[in-house]
Amino acid sequence: MEIKRIKTPLEVNIIEQLKAGEKVYLNGYIYTARDAAHKRFIDTLNEGGKLPFDIQNQVIYYCGPSPAPPGRVIGACGPTTSSRMDAYAPKLISLGLKGMIGKGKRSQAVKDAIKQFKAVYFGATGGAGALLSKSVKSSEAIAYEDLGPEAVMKLNVVDLPLFVINDIYGSDLYESGTAQYKK
Amino acid sequence: MKEVHVDTVISALEKLFIDANYDLSQNVLDTLEKSIDKEESPVGKEVLRELIKNANLAKEERIPICQDTGLAVTFIEVGQDVHIIGGSLVDAVTEGVRRGYAKGYLRKSACHPFARKNTGDNTPAILHTKIVPGDKIKITVLPKGGGSENYGSVKMLVPSEGKEGMKALVLEMVTKGGPNPCPPIIVGVGIGGNFETSALLSKEALMEPLGKRNENPEIAALEEELLTAINKTGIGPQGYGGTVTALDVHVKMLPCHIASLPVAVNIQCHAHRIKEAII
Repeated sequence: MEIKRIKTPLEVNIIEQLKAGEKVYLNGYIYTARDAAHKRFIDTLNEGGKLPFDIQNQVIYYCGPSPAPPGRVIGACGPTTSSRMDAYAPKLISLGLKGMIGKGKRSQAVKDAIKQFKAVYFGATGGAGALLSKSVKSSEAIAYEDLGPEAVMKLNVVDLPLFVINDIYGSDLYESGTAQYKK
Repeated sequence: MKEVHVDTVISALEKLFIDANYDLSQNVLDTLEKSIDKEESPVGKEVLRELIKNANLAKEERIPICQDTGLAVTFIEVGQDVHIIGGSLVDAVTEGVRRGYAKGYLRKSACHPFARKNTGDNTPAILHTKIVPGDKIKITVLPKGGGSENYGSVKMLVPSEGKEGMKALVLEMVTKGGPNPCPPIIVGVGIGGNFETSALLSKEALMEPLGKRNENPEIAALEEELLTAINKTGIGPQGYGGTVTALDVHVKMLPCHIASLPVAVNIQCHAHRIKEAII
């Protein structure tokens, strides 16, 4: 199938071209964060603090990698279930976050925020942690190292294979795909 | 009486958990290969190809198949003519898990239920033991991720709900999970026994090789029927839509109380990691 190459920071004119069901290769810097890190992001914002990185036009990957063995940049690094981040995502999208990578369905509030603020939700193949790790060229823990596998890491990725799930036009691959093949 | 030192058990456990997380079995790989032809969706086919590529890379380059290297589910059958020496079997299992997850660079995913503090070494293991005839110890490990385990269910059905009630529960859990348990999934169904037996049966059902039908024709027919129904849901690989939602369904059934109909559903992801050793 045809594959689009895109890069971070994600610009709106690129997001406008992405449609649910398309495969893309993502390039550039992205940030990992899962449950515990998201809770801290929101607690920090509520206390009037600053996030550990500037999220303008950035992409967050819902991922807690396995430990990197000696000589490797990262361990296996597939996606975790995104719905656990649904409570926090709309706030981050409203502040400039443009992309999220994970697996599984999003809440209506997240889908609404994706449309309203022009963002995008990508699916990475769950359980393909070895394959996805091959796209990671560098990794650096930049915050919350006390959280172990849940620390925030800055990853440099080359051709990270993803599918567009929720686009700005309101399409949802989980719904349209399932409806198409239901018998 | 055959003597087995706990050190042998520790080493076996350590190796099994590392191997399970790096080497997807040929049985699962073959099943994934065959499923590409069965899949009607081009996106679904692409996902299945990614999964095969992933498994091969994991094996060749020694990277865990999935970063969720699971809780350490361990089944041990101890021959009644075996005498374990040098310490306790339970401590040996704990130590084997600890070493395997440390030396194999596997993720530690065990935590306190409320405080969510990580135990740090992926212990305690989820250990099931059985005393069997003979002088051998058979160890089977099934490191299992959280994403798929979250869509398990045990329900005490009313007997009048019968087969249809059982089928409805299986489909309810598969549909509820949708993309989250990482389809194509494997479904284990435990029917009968009592509350806890049904749950254990559903887990044991996952340990059957893919493609193998139950020897009991009544149960084999149930497996076929459930597999067909699940693959008509349209969920497909990764939930992106398609005709391969499950790679297989296994059912285990036991008699139950005249007033009950326990049914348990346990869902496994496509990264079906299982290894066994006999001491």
